[in-house]
Amino acid sequence: MGLELYNAMILSLLVVVAALSLAIRDLVVSAMVFGVYSFLMCLLWAEMGAVDVAFTEATVGAGVSTVVLIATIFNLKRKAKD
Amino acid sequence: MKRTALIVVLLIGLLLAWAARDFPSWGDPDAPASSSPVSSHFIASTGVDTEVPNMVTAVLADYRGFDTMFETVVVFIAGLAVVSILRGGPRRRTRDREFVVDFEPDLIVTNTVRLIVPVIQIFALYVLAHGHVSPGGGFQGGVAMGASFILIALAWDLKTALARFSIDRCFLVAGLGILIYAGIGLFSMILGGEFLDYAHLAKILPVSPEMARYHAMLGVEIGVGFTVTAIMFALYASLSTDGRMRDGL
Amino acid sequence: MFEEGSIFNQLLIERLNYFIYVVLLLMGLWAMIAKNNLIKKLIGMSIFQTAIILFYVSIGVKDEATIPIYLPEHDPHGSHASTEHNDTGTFSPQVLEASKVSGYTNPLPHVLMLTAIVVGVATLGLALSICLRIYRGYGTVEEDDLLLKLEQEDYRNARGFKKRRPRRRPSSTKASSGAAQTASSEKSKSGKTGQVNRRSRSKPPAKKSESSATSRAKKPARRRPRPQKPKEGDS
Repeated sequence: MGLELYNAMILSLLVVVAALSLAIRDLVVSAMVFGVYSFLMCLLWAEMGAVDVAFTEATVGAGVSTVVLIATIFNLKRKAKD
Repeated sequence: MKRTALIVVLLIGLLLAWAARDFPSWGDPDAPASSSPVSSHFIASTGVDTEVPNMVTAVLADYRGFDTMFETVVVFIAGLAVVSILRGGPRRRTRDREFVVDFEPDLIVTNTVRLIVPVIQIFALYVLAHGHVSPGGGFQGGVAMGASFILIALAWDLKTALARFSIDRCFLVAGLGILIYAGIGLFSMILGGEFLDYAHLAKILPVSPEMARYHAMLGVEIGVGFTVTAIMFALYASLSTDGRMRDGL
Repeated sequence: MFEEGSIFNQLLIERLNYFIYVVLLLMGLWAMIAKNNLIKKLIGMSIFQTAIILFYVSIGVKDEATIPIYLPEHDPHGSHASTEHNDTGTFSPQVLEASKVSGYTNPLPHVLMLTAIVVGVATLGLALSICLRIYRGYGTVEEDDLLLKLEQEDYRNARGFKKRRPRRRPSSTKASSGAAQTASSEKSKSGKTGQVNRRSRSKPPAKKSESSATSRAKKPARRRPRPQKPKEGDS
């Protein structure tokens, strides 16, 4: 019961975070929220028993993907039109 | 356009949701994926064939070594493509960005990073080497190592990080990683087996065929780690400076 | 509405996970189609990818199964190995039987998804570099502005206007700006040409001399002779 509750909570948070990341206009904030999305994925996989996948997503999602996204956005305009 | 997209996407969603009713229930051990003979063989015989406790590493580096080799090649090609796309071509018309990221390296940040980066690198090497027994392996260790170089670039400026790991050396290291991987495969072929059949390495190493597979897996993971480290740093260096490699984030 | 066997119960309670994965897939797909900004499209692509990976990994979940690393009693190098297999007391690894096999999570989806995650980040890096290149060439990453600029360029090409020369080497204008300015002052500003390869200077000459003067101040004098620009005017 506890695990299912945990699952349901993280999944609903996941949907909310994904929607936020797409709706926010400031691109740097959007990239940060995408980092949060990666981290929630990592937690979900760790709960499911996929520890290697969780480790990889933690390093790649938060370490490289988010940083590279923010580094690119600094070279572009920061505010999206929609 | 947006409304059409929304309608189409909702239709696809209805279709997928209707198909989702046919999925096996959550965590069913009799589901076709869980009870397939291939996975059962992997779980049952990893200990006997390779003496590696971590099944995922064994399947990744030994049973499915081809996929991992070509994935490493894909990462290498992606890094090469990024550097070559951004390096050439006309320079931007507006020479300055929206922000001017021009500051002195902060005292606290640089001293903390000075203490932390060796620890990160040792941990990355540990994750790489201990991937046989605990969660980890080549990719995770490689990415952590590349992230340590990115941390140097963030705390000081990119010039400091490039002085330690220039782009030419990046590609050298990445190519070396692929060479190590394919070299071990070719070596097994020379010794009489098939490509990437590590058991034949027992002919020159003084160990049993299972332990030969164990050690060859470590070598292969080291190759993967090299490539991933170099390419992650090259990716960051190219993207944060728009190919110029001069100022940085 | 929520009784056993109805659609809502099946979807939302028993298979909540799969339903949420479908929602995430839809969000990613919609973002890739409908968003204007290219970076938002890429974020949508990443959301789509991770949702697929989530789906795959959750196929291999077994109830009350441990992680796919051997427990100490099955461990080939474990010290608490059971000695029932061998009389001499040393442990030799045995193939696990089926009851023990179902105690471990399926490792195959994890392996495939490891590859997928790393390839996903490589794809993201490549896509971001193309975005930067687009920004360098057109000055914008919004899709509607880009389409507008491309249309204008197509119109200009169709009507026979010549493309503006990209200001790649400011010092090259130094050698040819003298000749170019006299030539451009004669040509029509509209640039409506038929067969000649004259350049239509859309920048006024005054700005050009000032920029070339500043660039001349920055760069040292070039020794290599640069080709004169009007030379390519002849066929």
